[in-house]
Amino acid sequence: MARYVLPVVVFAIMIPIFVIGLGRNKNEIPSPLLDQQAPQYALPSLENPTAMVGSDSYKGELALVNVWATWCVGCRQEHEFLMELAERNVVPIFGLNWRDQRDMALRWLDELGDPYFATAYDEDGRVGIDWGVYGAPETFLVGADGVVIYKHISPLSEDVWQSEFLPRIEAARGAGR
Amino acid sequence: MRVLVVIIGLTLAFTASAIDTEEAFADPEMQARYDALIDEVRCLVCQNQTIKDSNAFLAKDLRREIRRLMEDGQSDAEIADFLVARYGEFVLYRPRMSGNTLLLWLAPLVLLGGGGVVVARVIRGRMALPIDDEPDKAAS
Repeated sequence: MARYVLPVVVFAIMIPIFVIGLGRNKNEIPSPLLDQQAPQYALPSLENPTAMVGSDSYKGELALVNVWATWCVGCRQEHEFLMELAERNVVPIFGLNWRDQRDMALRWLDELGDPYFATAYDEDGRVGIDWGVYGAPETFLVGADGVVIYKHISPLSEDVWQSEFLPRIEAARGAGR
Repeated sequence: MRVLVVIIGLTLAFTASAIDTEEAFADPEMQARYDALIDEVRCLVCQNQTIKDSNAFLAKDLRREIRRLMEDGQSDAEIADFLVARYGEFVLYRPRMSGNTLLLWLAPLVLLGGGGVVVARVIRGRMALPIDDEPDKAAS
């Protein structure tokens, strides 16, 4: 009897594993930064090379840090939503312009609009490494206590915002973070 | 035959081109350490390549960063910690033994042991069977 039942049982155990495995996005690697202090940084502002933008710009408040670049297709895709988000004024968005060219980045903001409170210019990707960035767009939700609450890889959208960000923002505000 | 040699030669010529165009370390020992390190770090943009093999700019950034940390006098373990703290265990081609990766490390042993038990049981079952076909008889 066991020789007939056993394969069926093993098969029944394997199927859910495969189904879960198929549904996962292999390119999304969970960030070790979650629930850790976000990296400290200070970089020249994209608009004004003599001014500094960095973690102090949103110290003590809940903020979004959005990693973008003009060469990044997904960033263009999410830009319209970022503009809308900025208008809603739920949480300030800070840009990290990653491995880009200043003139191209400025033209992008000129043409498509600027949803950012301020944008740091990470020309050589040094700060990107501290954030564990490996593919733009990436968006981090940082609490008022400076802890990384959530990381989203790939373009933002209304769906993602409603299901992943809003509940966490409300929870964080409720807990006084 | 000659054609084959030419084809093989041409194929090998491609792999000879170096991705890392940075200047070598003055100290050959440092260079050896560096070569070993970058061969152990995964490029997260192109996940089945090491940063030694990849010319993605993230790989270039990470090579530069490793170079800088080495020049700062950090040990291999400290550099690995630096990378894992930012990118997670996945960045190392050979994940370290920890709570998360215990299953990964032990699975081959468990599977081998399980297979061994099955084989042992099958053999023991066969040994218990009576030997009824003598090879001599079949030959005659």
